[in-house]
Amino acid sequence: MSEHAETPLKKVLVICAKGSLEDVYAALVMANGAVMEGIEAKLFFTFFGLDGITKKRMNKLHTATLGNPAMRMPGGLQFPSLLGVLPGVESGVSSMMRKEMDALDMPPVDEFLEMITAGGGEVFACKLAVDMFKLKKEDLSDEVKDIITIGQFYEMAGGENTQIIFT
Amino acid sequence: MAEKNYAGKTVEVSDEGYFVNPADWNEEIAKEMAAEVGIELTDKHLEVLKYLREQFETGEALTIRKVGKSGIVDIKGLYQLFPGGPLKISSKLAGIPKPTSCV
Repeated sequence: MSEHAETPLKKVLVICAKGSLEDVYAALVMANGAVMEGIEAKLFFTFFGLDGITKKRMNKLHTATLGNPAMRMPGGLQFPSLLGVLPGVESGVSSMMRKEMDALDMPPVDEFLEMITAGGGEVFACKLAVDMFKLKKEDLSDEVKDIITIGQFYEMAGGENTQIIFT
Repeated sequence: MAEKNYAGKTVEVSDEGYFVNPADWNEEIAKEMAAEVGIELTDKHLEVLKYLREQFETGEALTIRKVGKSGIVDIKGLYQLFPGGPLKISSKLAGIPKPTSCV
């Protein structure tokens, strides 16, 4: 039996492909957490995940009140699907979630991105998705370093103890 | 648990080197601990450490966001003061327990 040697994680590449509040925050928390631990972090947004770095949208992300079996009413009762259909309900629920998160010192998305880059993390957008959604560099957060291809993404993934995390 | 000697004082620390009794801490100790991890403690460092200790006393969970809003240093500056572990290294040098927050 060989000795078990601990080899600390050196680099993570986090991919965010979905644009709901919880998906974007999962990616942000993981990237920020890595930077705080001294782990090199690169955060890559693609497809609907681009909402998380689109200036107009990033601070107004929603969580789905429809088709989300884990959605509960305050107090723990099942959230009725029919209620989730009503106009404004998803907005209200989402803004309540954002408030709860703020109380835990989870910053709004724009500030979270700044925290990550302040620590040396890097944020990228996927070229294919940016083209598909007809976005321009100026539509994206100033914290976005570049719009890159999947090939460039893999080039960044080199090195020992690198992990790719797809949220 | 382990014991360490800093500035002529024996202090009880966790296996990861965090103080068991924050009251054991003083500036001299912080300076020696910082030197151990290659940080030369400046007044700015000390200001951050004291802020962390004050916050710890109040029982608030510490986050880099809070430090960034403290007016002492912004988040970028905090990373520069404590490279590779803005909250972990600073908490250790401040003689308070390992931070438990995720942001």
